[in-house]
Amino acid sequence: MTAPNAQPYWDALRGVADPEIPVVNIVEMGMVRGVDISEQGVRVRFTPTFSGCPALHVIRQGITDALAAAGADTVTVENVFSPPWTTDDITPEARAKLETYGIAPPAPNGESSLFMTLEPEAVRCPRCGSFDTRMTASFGSALCKRMYVCQACREPFEGMKSV
Amino acid sequence: MTESALTQPTPAFTASVKSALIARLTALADDEITLSHRVAEWTGHAPLLEEDIALANIAQDELGHATLWLGLRATLDGSNADTLAYHRDPAEFRNAPLTELPKGDWAVTMVRQYLFDAWEVLWLDSARQSSYTPLAEAAAQALREEKFHLQHTALWVERLALGTPESTRRTQAALNQLWAYALGLFDPLPAEADALGAGLLPDVTALQTRWLGLVRGHLEGVGLSIPAASPLPYSRHQHTEHLAPLLADFQRVAREFPESQVW
Repeated sequence: MTAPNAQPYWDALRGVADPEIPVVNIVEMGMVRGVDISEQGVRVRFTPTFSGCPALHVIRQGITDALAAAGADTVTVENVFSPPWTTDDITPEARAKLETYGIAPPAPNGESSLFMTLEPEAVRCPRCGSFDTRMTASFGSALCKRMYVCQACREPFEGMKSV
Repeated sequence: MTESALTQPTPAFTASVKSALIARLTALADDEITLSHRVAEWTGHAPLLEEDIALANIAQDELGHATLWLGLRATLDGSNADTLAYHRDPAEFRNAPLTELPKGDWAVTMVRQYLFDAWEVLWLDSARQSSYTPLAEAAAQALREEKFHLQHTALWVERLALGTPESTRRTQAALNQLWAYALGLFDPLPAEADALGAGLLPDVTALQTRWLGLVRGHLEGVGLSIPAASPLPYSRHQHTEHLAPLLADFQRVAREFPESQVW
């Protein structure tokens, strides 16, 4: 493993925000699978979230810039598709940040049925904490989100899809 | 579509298997490109704001899937996704004619998307078992996104079929128009047999049986009648008159400004 000297690079990657949800970084969102250092430079194994996410370009550039600033001469960002990214990879700290930011964190995914139309778990309102919520649109402002309304405090809010 | 380079080592395939894989990946990508363009034509025009956003999301996902397929193709033949998407002529596109038909009314858009999503979900579900690992991984990724589409469009078909007499009439008319085209999704590609025998690609004939079971159950369950289908004069190699204008629109900026990197 690369334990002795990869730490500064991991720290630098924690400074790369998700462009669409800037309160969380790409490490705590589970998008970074590994950092390898060799004579060829620093290689980051990166797992895309949604395949059509327009933020992916920005994130890859952010990785390259952050590692260059941390002293890497050559940076390679490699796509890793296996295992696929899942919202279960988001850390508890990032889930708490999402909720504070007003986005309901995703319910555990597990291996859900292909044709299931109901949420596996009730979604909690990030403003008042009530579980008395209703999905109002199955798609939202970004590929990873959908829309809800809280029937207790009446506020609309966004929630992350569970994938 | 440039940042799709996959780095998995590409196994050595025989020439016939390789060309079958390239043909299938191209057909998948062309379906996604043309359908996403049709869906995106609703942007700013959908009947509800939430649906405007939903269709923009779906179009974006489908284009993301096209990026996956063309990225895989690039590892097989060194092709470039942008060149394939923006600089091929209509006769070179291998999409099913279903995906190039005009967007029509809301019922046509939703019924087509439902029929397509059901095909795509089943194809991806089967492709997860492919012995061609990069394909199995890409299928697993796309399937996680695609199932949201199927859930959404299945509900819309139900809502429209059971809504008002007018919505029922339009939904049945959409199904009558689209059914034979949807069956065209399952036409085997020439020379797919070798790749199929090697466990690399899903068997589309077997998928059609699963698909018929799924969509018949849903459509008849909401009171729609499955029309009789007669063979069409169109195929992935023989397009309708609607593809050329679609591509002229889709490819216009790239062809007018071939030097541009971002638009």
